Amino acid sequence: MEIQTGQETKPLTQRIIDAGGLVNLATYEAAGGYAAARQAITEMTPAEVRDLVKEANLRGRGGAGFPTGVKWGFVPPPEKRSLGHVYLVCNADEMEPGTFKDRYLMEYDPHLLIEGMIIAARAIGADVAYVFLRGEYYEAYRQLTQAIADATRLGYLGERLFDTDFKLHLSIHRSGGRYICGEETALLNALEGKRAQPRTKPPFPPASGAWGRPTIVNNVETLCNVPGILRNGADWYQLLGSGEDAGTKLYGVSGRVNKPGLWELPIGTTIRELIEVHAGGMKSGYTLRGILPGGASTDFLTTEHLDLKMDYGTIQAAGSRMGTGTMILMDDSVCPVAMARNLQHFFAQESCGFCTPCREGLPWLEQLLADIDAGRGKPGDLELLDKNSAFIGAPGNTFCLHATGAIEPLASALKYFREDFEAHIEQGRCPYAPQHIDKQAVEA
Amino acid sequence: MPHIKVDGVDYEVAEGVNLLHACLSHGLDLPYFCWHEALGSVGACRQCAVLAYKDENDSRGRLTMACMTPATDGTRISITAAHAREFRASVIEWLMENHPHDCPVCEEGGECHLQDMTVMTGHTSRRYRGNKRTWENQYLGPFINHEMNRCITCYRCVRFYDDYAGGTDLQAFGSRGRMYFGRAADGVLESPFAGNLVEVCPTGVFTDKPFSANYTRKWDLKSAPSLCSGCSLGCNTFASERYGVLKRIHNRYHVDINRYFICDRGRFGMDYVNSENRIRQIGERVDAGLFRPLEASDALQRAAGMIGTGRTVGIGSPRASVEDNHALRTLVGANNFCAGLGNREAALMALAGQLYSAMPEGAIPTLHEVEQADAVLILGEDILHTAPRLALAIRQAIRNESFAMAGDAGVPLWQDAGVRGHAQHAHSPVLVASMLATGLDDIAAQTLNASPGVLASAGGQIAHELSADYAAVDDLPDTAAGFVEAAVTALAAARQPLIVTGISAGERGLLEAAANIVAGLRSEECQPRLLICGAESNSFGVSLADAELAMETALEAVSSGSADTLIVLQNDLFRRADATLVAEALRRATNVIVLDSLANPTAEAAHLVFPAATVVEATGTLVNYEYRAQRFYQVFIPAGDIQPGWRWLADIASVQGREDMGWRQVDDVVRDCERVPQWSGISDAAPPASYRTPTGEKVPREPHRYSGRTAMVADVTLHEPKTPVDEETPLAYSMEGVNVNPPGALLPYVWSPGWNSNQSVFKFQQRVGGSLKGGDPGMHLAPLDNANAASTRDYSSNGDRQPSSSDAGNEAGFSLLSVPTLFGSEELSANAAAIRERMPNPYLILNPDDAARLEVTAGQGVRYAEYSLQVHIDAAIATGTAAIPVGMPGAPPWLPEGPVTLERDLDFTPPPTIIARG
Amino acid sequence: MSTEPDVVNALSVQEIDAIEAQIAHLPDRESAAIEALQIVQRARGWVSDDSLHATAQLLGMADAALDSIATFYNLIYRQPVGRHIIMLCDSVSCFVMDGDSLRGRVTEALGVELGQTTADGRFTLLPIVCLGACDRAPVMLIDDQLFGAEQLTDLDAILARFE
Ligand SMILES: Cc1cc2nc3c(=O)[nH]c(=O)nc-3n(C[C@H](O)[C@H](O)[C@H](O)COP(=O)(O)O)c2cc1C
Ligand code: SF4
Ligand code: FES
Repeated sequence: MEIQTGQETKPLTQRIIDAGGLVNLATYEAAGGYAAARQAITEMTPAEVRDLVKEANLRGRGGAGFPTGVKWGFVPPPEKRSLGHVYLVCNADEMEPGTFKDRYLMEYDPHLLIEGMIIAARAIGADVAYVFLRGEYYEAYRQLTQAIADATRLGYLGERLFDTDFKLHLSIHRSGGRYICGEETALLNALEGKRAQPRTKPPFPPASGAWGRPTIVNNVETLCNVPGILRNGADWYQLLGSGEDAGTKLYGVSGRVNKPGLWELPIGTTIRELIEVHAGGMKSGYTLRGILPGGASTDFLTTEHLDLKMDYGTIQAAGSRMGTGTMILMDDSVCPVAMARNLQHFFAQESCGFCTPCREGLPWLEQLLADIDAGRGKPGDLELLDKNSAFIGAPGNTFCLHATGAIEPLASALKYFREDFEAHIEQGRCPYAPQHIDKQAVEA
Repeated sequence: MPHIKVDGVDYEVAEGVNLLHACLSHGLDLPYFCWHEALGSVGACRQCAVLAYKDENDSRGRLTMACMTPATDGTRISITAAHAREFRASVIEWLMENHPHDCPVCEEGGECHLQDMTVMTGHTSRRYRGNKRTWENQYLGPFINHEMNRCITCYRCVRFYDDYAGGTDLQAFGSRGRMYFGRAADGVLESPFAGNLVEVCPTGVFTDKPFSANYTRKWDLKSAPSLCSGCSLGCNTFASERYGVLKRIHNRYHVDINRYFICDRGRFGMDYVNSENRIRQIGERVDAGLFRPLEASDALQRAAGMIGTGRTVGIGSPRASVEDNHALRTLVGANNFCAGLGNREAALMALAGQLYSAMPEGAIPTLHEVEQADAVLILGEDILHTAPRLALAIRQAIRNESFAMAGDAGVPLWQDAGVRGHAQHAHSPVLVASMLATGLDDIAAQTLNASPGVLASAGGQIAHELSADYAAVDDLPDTAAGFVEAAVTALAAARQPLIVTGISAGERGLLEAAANIVAGLRSEECQPRLLICGAESNSFGVSLADAELAMETALEAVSSGSADTLIVLQNDLFRRADATLVAEALRRATNVIVLDSLANPTAEAAHLVFPAATVVEATGTLVNYEYRAQRFYQVFIPAGDIQPGWRWLADIASVQGREDMGWRQVDDVVRDCERVPQWSGISDAAPPASYRTPTGEKVPREPHRYSGRTAMVADVTLHEPKTPVDEETPLAYSMEGVNVNPPGALLPYVWSPGWNSNQSVFKFQQRVGGSLKGGDPGMHLAPLDNANAASTRDYSSNGDRQPSSSDAGNEAGFSLLSVPTLFGSEELSANAAAIRERMPNPYLILNPDDAARLEVTAGQGVRYAEYSLQVHIDAAIATGTAAIPVGMPGAPPWLPEGPVTLERDLDFTPPPTIIARG
Repeated sequence: MSTEPDVVNALSVQEIDAIEAQIAHLPDRESAAIEALQIVQRARGWVSDDSLHATAQLLGMADAALDSIATFYNLIYRQPVGRHIIMLCDSVSCFVMDGDSLRGRVTEALGVELGQTTADGRFTLLPIVCLGACDRAPVMLIDDQLFGAEQLTDLDAILARFE
């Protein structure tokens, strides 16, 4: 089977491309907007919506790739829960360094997200929904606020949607900052107005999340995939993908390429195609050395991995993660030690401070990397990095996956670029751009 | 019961616990920080990592946090596997990056859980090359020091202070590697349980301020099992001494009572022992307020002579031991003995006994049972001020609803954050009926503020609505109706409801109503409990005494000349009866002999004063609110003439040539007490002096590392003083002997190899949170129904108040009510320096209308009799009534029943607030 | 007690209305803590102790509890800041694209280092994590406006727009 001509191939971005920018309510409706929501509410049962999404094999675009329909199924059925709200929360906290996909969707096609949320709410029986929005996303806030007002005015949100008993109250939580808010249980604490410390599981959010009530957290891009699936069916969605996974993916490339950017492509597009075709290849004079395939918290891949398909399974098999699907390229002008140090600075700074390995271990790693970068590294430092990385990074050793994510790029850098680290220690200086030394030394 | 395998060894473990709990229960050494038995697990420190194996074939295993993992049947783990050990050493290494190595000057040194865990994990040398983070410390009041640099961010402090104890002014600030635990700004920590931070913090962030000003290492402290004299709950404590100074009080685990926590009155109030108001020498009054020292032999002769002549009346005390009271009763004879309670108090205590003895067994809850109540009604007693540890227990009872919800959701009950997050604000109902706002109102489903009479009526109506056996109250104000309804609904739905009341309001209707409610609730499905708070540490003990005389009768006997000699045992009579009655008796008496530990107006009026030992200087028995007789042991031999009260009295008797009081040891007195049927059983409260450990040894008061014995007094004399031999108890004054699971009542301190901190308590428990291996201290006595005893008749002269819907005064004046105050009302602790810093200025609470009538505003002064009191205004108090913190220094020690006159005090200048900061 | 600022006076009607509007979306008042602090901050630039106290009163929570929350979040300022906030991305894509030199240019133009406020109180310069505009790296945010590398070639002109 193949996608039929005339069928959508860019369900996430085609309207934006056609409109040449912002898709407002009129444009959105004209392109068939909100028909899928109507269908889900007036023609389908919640179970049918869940099954359809499960069948389509939509996997979470927030980084972990968990099958969305399956997750929705974890909400206890009404007869198995006490009276009260069920919540849907859109994770729009996009703070993973190197990631710039959710912002794009919200700024240019906010109604797509709203429609996705209406359908998801229908599937899980939620009556209250929140967009947990990154505080610095001012433009997204403006567009979403406008879109929610418009949608409410036309009866897509609020009481009695499409003349049924179904209702949905949607509002925006503007975050006060901190990367950890993106972790779904920390996000729930932040939504409750608390310190964003991650929570223990069990209870799992679908059973007991926000305010102790059943809650589903989904990424922006995940939810934006839902209306298309309703419109075109599970088979169509499966066919959109070019590998094991289904649908399209917003892929991004940043770094020293000719055309850094973001594109909606069949999931499973190869890394090479992304860099060489869509991003226009490396800038002249720069050679590619390393790839963080899906944001800062994914393991480095190298040029030997260029022909891998960017899908969950393939990238995982290569020892990394597809993560957010927005890759960061390290070229030969960049010192891997300095880059690792930049990354650890981020993760140490963004630790919530709850558990020891992350709170105390990451700053030590940053400190060691700063020393090495500044030519103050000592023999044994790499072994210290290895050992600490192993202890901090193993899932389960820390309270949440923040520290695990922190170690992925470091451990892989130590593996692939070890000679660079060794050279720093042996030569007592950074072999890359000499200005590094001064700057880093000043900061340290 | 589930079985788990740890390093190849099979262990049976309790149902529903986590692996850390299970391992510690079996005495295994597994390091941890953030977990605490009472606070549950949160998984913050990652110190308790073990290797967990999937199944029999798994040989690699996976690191798992023991405190976060259920100990289910078949679990296989390793504590000793290299990978787990290395990880745990890494955790210490991370924590040590920023920990200042200031152990030599840190109060925690030598009993620091962080030190213990560091040694246990084997982390020894430093590899981190960065700078250490530093912080500014805060002023936290007179009780607690703050040294943030030592913090290891285990979150125990805030979890105890906020989550467990309901405090709001200590918080975690910041994030990442910059976490700060403190207040929003410098200032006094407000929680009455703040002192527990000293023991909850695994290192030296929060330390005992009075102790550190007068510091001694744990290994140099001489300690004995002691009891708190702060209220009627009978919390168990470790009291520690060096150089003849009481250094500090720590919590002593009692499975049924205080478990891991005590209140700040208990911890910091015992410092009265070191007070400059102590009576340390025998004195003979030569002029008003002037005493001259007397040799003991002369004094005893004089006393024997005084008693020899005519009739002697003896007044005992609810703050003296059973033994002391018994000695006085024996000396003067039951017919001439008054238990030392004021008339009103005595009547109420007798009523309590009567009500209790009518109840089935198990109706009086232990504090641990209080924590299990699923609905609580507090009727007219401000327990945070009269029985503070009980308020902390009730705070835990509200969580039962959340435990039920967590159980349904499959969240393990020890998973603290999980349970709290899931249950959110769901609480088991607590209903608080009190005169004024209380410190438990924040958890109350509903509150009612009214005069004690109205509260009693509300209680009566609740009883009526629960059971037709009780008459309806017809004059109940409308304002109480909602509360009554809420209480009836909550109590009727509960299976283990608890009714708490007490004697502090002086209102018998409260006790009767509470008992009626309990009786009305009892059914197959419902096991209601009743808890009546007494006022002092031995109120229940003396209420059992067969005492013929009521206080006013005793005073009358002296005033009228029917008796010529008065012996007062550890009692300031001005706190028990009207000042004119007391003064008259003291003036008319030919001889007044006082035995007491602190100067007070009664002692001032004595002809002869004997210095009496305090709880830490004597061995004896106190009976707590549940009629549990518990022994306290002499911690150190006091300097000066100080002796236990009973010994002075026995000495007097022996000079008189009497043989019936020829007691040589406290055990002799204890045995003699047994002859009073109500006290029978107190011998079993603790082992006799003859007890020896299985190895034939005594239990040492000094730990095995006690140092400086030969040089301690080198600045005074080069001769090493001889270590006293304790023939009276199974405890030794030296370090000789063994402290390995002695009988619980004899446990002088906790300390175990590798576990120098108080966390070693687990080594002494049968299982974590269970009974002590050596058995739980104390012995329950039977409540006494002496309502028909002849003596109770005359209590009613002044004490019998009928419930009335309004105690409002009339034009004739104000009726006075007592507001007990945590820091100040209790006579002894009010002499502790740190407690004094926390005492409010003597005050009086008025309704706004009355204040207007008296033309005073808040902060100004009002005069009552010779007292000048600062005005507080509170609309909750009925017009015509005024409330006073009775017994607080500067406030009247006793309140009359009838209306009194109040007037504005134009000369009033508010005393300077002692706490200048915060 | 006399020093307690009155909530209504300490917070403006607009602030209170905005906070109440947030509370309306939530099951309890305390849950609006983060939003409330940001509302107050948008009106006043930062959250002083007095504003914090007034906000805590409005939400029915203890000051310390609210401050515990405030100090967790980097977008809530508990110290005064300049009229405009410049947030310079210091995350990995901008680093790769030589964000260091942008930082050099900015600190030079302003005469302050990261974390500082210019003497005239015009700008506060703060580091920020990835702003989600990596295709335009290196980037920075001035108040609510994002500027990419292509715009930042003329830094002075951009700064001049913010008085
Ligand atoms: C430290 C950390 C940060 C995260 N940040 C984000 C984020 O910014 N946005 C997001 O959608 N998911 C983020 N996630 C993943 C979420 O926890 C969660 O898996 C996701 O929102 C689920 O949505 P999905 O199933 O639709 O992918 C983060 C996870 C971790 C551990
Ligand atoms: S202050 Fe003590 S109890 Fe609190 S987190 Fe720090 S180490 Fe733990
Ligand atoms: S004791 Fe288990 S993680 Fe702290």
